[in-house]
Amino acid sequence: MGINYLYPPFEIIRNQDRCITCRVCERQCANLVHHYDAEKGRMTADESLCVNCHRCVSLCPTRALKIVKTDHTFKENANWKTEVIEDIYRQAQTGGVLLASMGTPKDYPVYWDKMLINASQVTNPSIDPLREPMETRTYLGKKNSKIERDSEGRIITNTTGQLKMDIPIMFSAMSYGSISYNAHKSLAIAASELGTFYNTGEGGLHKDFYHYGKHTIVQVASGRFGVHPDYLNAGAAIEIKMGQGAKPGIGGHLPGSKIGEDISATRMIPLYADAISPAPHHDIYSIEDLRQLVYALKEATRYTKPIIVKVAAVHNISAIASGIARSGADIIAIDGFRGGTGAAPLRIRDNVGIPIELALASVDQRLRQEGIRGNVSLVVGGSIRSSSDVIKAIALGADAVYIATSALVALGCHLCRTCHSGKCNWGIATQNPELVKRLNPDVGSQHLVNLITAWNHEIKEMMGGMGINSIEALRGNRLMLRGIGLNETELKILGISHAGQ
Amino acid sequence: MDKLSMVDAFFHARGVHTMDGYHQQMPLEGEVRIPSGCAISGIIDRSGKRFSARDAITSISVMHDRSNGLGGGFAGYGIYPEYKDYTALHIFYYSSEAKRACEDFLEEHFDLINLSKIPTKKHPAITDVPLIWRYFVTALPTKLSFSQLDEDEYTARCVIRINREIEGAYVFSSGKDMGVFKAVGYPEDVGEFYMLDEYEGYSWTVHGRYPTNTPGWWGGSHPFSLLSYSVVHNGEISSYDANRRYIEMYGYACTLQTDTEVITYMIDYLHRRMGLTLEEVSHVLAAPFWSTIERKDEKERAEYTYLRNTFASMLITGPFSIILGFKNGLMALNDRLKLRSLVAAEKGSRVYLASEEAAIRVIEPNPDRLWYPSGGKAVIVTLDSVQEGEEHGYQLPVSAL
Repeated sequence: MGINYLYPPFEIIRNQDRCITCRVCERQCANLVHHYDAEKGRMTADESLCVNCHRCVSLCPTRALKIVKTDHTFKENANWKTEVIEDIYRQAQTGGVLLASMGTPKDYPVYWDKMLINASQVTNPSIDPLREPMETRTYLGKKNSKIERDSEGRIITNTTGQLKMDIPIMFSAMSYGSISYNAHKSLAIAASELGTFYNTGEGGLHKDFYHYGKHTIVQVASGRFGVHPDYLNAGAAIEIKMGQGAKPGIGGHLPGSKIGEDISATRMIPLYADAISPAPHHDIYSIEDLRQLVYALKEATRYTKPIIVKVAAVHNISAIASGIARSGADIIAIDGFRGGTGAAPLRIRDNVGIPIELALASVDQRLRQEGIRGNVSLVVGGSIRSSSDVIKAIALGADAVYIATSALVALGCHLCRTCHSGKCNWGIATQNPELVKRLNPDVGSQHLVNLITAWNHEIKEMMGGMGINSIEALRGNRLMLRGIGLNETELKILGISHAGQ
Repeated sequence: MDKLSMVDAFFHARGVHTMDGYHQQMPLEGEVRIPSGCAISGIIDRSGKRFSARDAITSISVMHDRSNGLGGGFAGYGIYPEYKDYTALHIFYYSSEAKRACEDFLEEHFDLINLSKIPTKKHPAITDVPLIWRYFVTALPTKLSFSQLDEDEYTARCVIRINREIEGAYVFSSGKDMGVFKAVGYPEDVGEFYMLDEYEGYSWTVHGRYPTNTPGWWGGSHPFSLLSYSVVHNGEISSYDANRRYIEMYGYACTLQTDTEVITYMIDYLHRRMGLTLEEVSHVLAAPFWSTIERKDEKERAEYTYLRNTFASMLITGPFSIILGFKNGLMALNDRLKLRSLVAAEKGSRVYLASEEAAIRVIEPNPDRLWYPSGGKAVIVTLDSVQEGEEHGYQLPVSAL
């Protein structure tokens, strides 16, 4: 191996006066950063291995540790920035595609932060959620376009394919494999308690989780891992994954090292075999093919479950969504380019796709122009970070949102962006049994319930402030938004006025 | 400076001036905002006996201070018995070019049975009067057949097209055996201006406007009307853009940016096009809370859930009290929190609806019954001659409501 030109990005600062050499840091670090130097009787660290996950910092009983960004720099250059040079070194050394995890950290505009929410004053009273009912219940699924009555004139109310949610927030797809058993269990418990849904991702459904079926969305991805009739029928809805925001046009890869017994059984693949999910479904090469799969899945589940089609937000997303809406799908899930991932080629994660805000605004408008917005529900994901992001998404036209990164952060994730290493010290994005048990699913699920309950309170407060007491009346209510610091084109795509107008 | 003077100043600043009795550049809804309530009143004689608008004028005048002189109007039902089979189009024109263009359009799409200026008399409080014309029409059979639409849908689409495409022309009434009369002014003055005590109808609704989003213009006054539906409204709905963006999918063009317009279109869509009963319509517009729905028996729960879910985007939030005029009846509906006042009363065959009890007692001091309808609970009154289910309206004795 040649010379490594890279200086570690982080430095570990240890206060030797505080350190009691208890060696907790050493035991907690799956990356083997910390060592006890018996000769010197003190702890040392190999900072080149540190991913800045904060596990050691958080568990150090004497707060002796902190991790800082190194001040080692290259000669200043606005074009050839440090990260650019370092990536070239890495690729020159390995000849490989650079891998990355979680959403892009690049400084692209976050349109959520460039929109402001309305509030009522005087002429239209705000509503106090402490005194009046404030409804956040949502139904996802195709709405009937005509009323049918029985011989007595009563409306026939047989509706199939509707997802009833008490809150307009769901946990997005994360496969068993990319996240741990305990992380999955936390999501499943929380979704059940909250009256919403979690999503299996493309990893199949572990046998232990079948009893959470009423709150489970089962995914059918291109690899078809874990897909069988019982699996399809176990969930409340089926999601066909065509793409995801962090890596549009790219498939998935779960290395064989992670395919232990449980995952092997759940995915229905051999032990320690690489699980490659291709980018395309090899039976879908057109919208007509997608329609066939939609109806194959409806047939398989006797038309009792809504079918979601999940796509990444890309340049022509409104036309794509229009096609999907006509394919028989009940729900379209769109994932923006800031969405997270267990592993993606870095260049793709950071450069492919479009922000979810623009995709959502454009899709909602297009479906309305075509008169088919009622044919589908819209669910969006790709960096929903707070209750105000949820409000803005719904006002732009979403029926509900998917969250994943926020949920992982609630479970303890510190966004160190090295999920692909499999060494998640927080027990979330790992299959190492020693690490997995660090996440207590009871505690984890409580954190998730707390987070969403808190968001729901905030959503109700903001709705009340607008004089709106039901989420339906917020959906697509773009008058409730104003842009701040946006140009004409951005405002036009978002379909909102500028602040002050 | 009072509000009227402010509005005049506003017009002046925009170079708006009066010429030939109409505005050349009338600002429309949404172009200015004047923070402000409204007054509504409605009377129906269930026996079908026709009466003048005098009582309606008296009723609304009691609520003078709920208006600000920027809009008033009436809808009368049963007023054109001699033309009851023809659509009566009431149209404002803001230029003679608009009148020519609109009449060309009407000639192309309808048989014109009769046309005339709508009779008015000079009133010092009613100024800047547009050209106000009335046409009794029926769809051209060949055009109608070619369109593959029923007559109502054909007429509705023509009305929407005129309002959207012909600048300076605004169809403000398009029903059969009914008509809307509205203007910028206090409602009692509007009634005098149109000489409404010379008309007789079996039901009347009236509105006094205190606009929140407009300087007040003739087309923006209430009632809002499409076909035989007319709506008078007090409130400012917070769901407006959600409702508007949804209903516009079905061919309606909300060009006026006001709450009442979108409410009228939603009622037309749900009642006429989807075939819901008016009671069912009320379960959509002012849907019961989920907690209330869950307490109902299984059948009702299923129905309410179905309606609320299917027409989710037509739920209205924010304050509203409306009186809907429709063929053979009236409906009153409050928002589900009852954020605006609404009173109902009954005396013999007459039913009275108004924003305030005083507005009822001034014309009927001793009603047999007077009550305050609950939020979200529709009061639906039809003529005694209407059979149950006819016109999708319920024939329910008021005492049962």
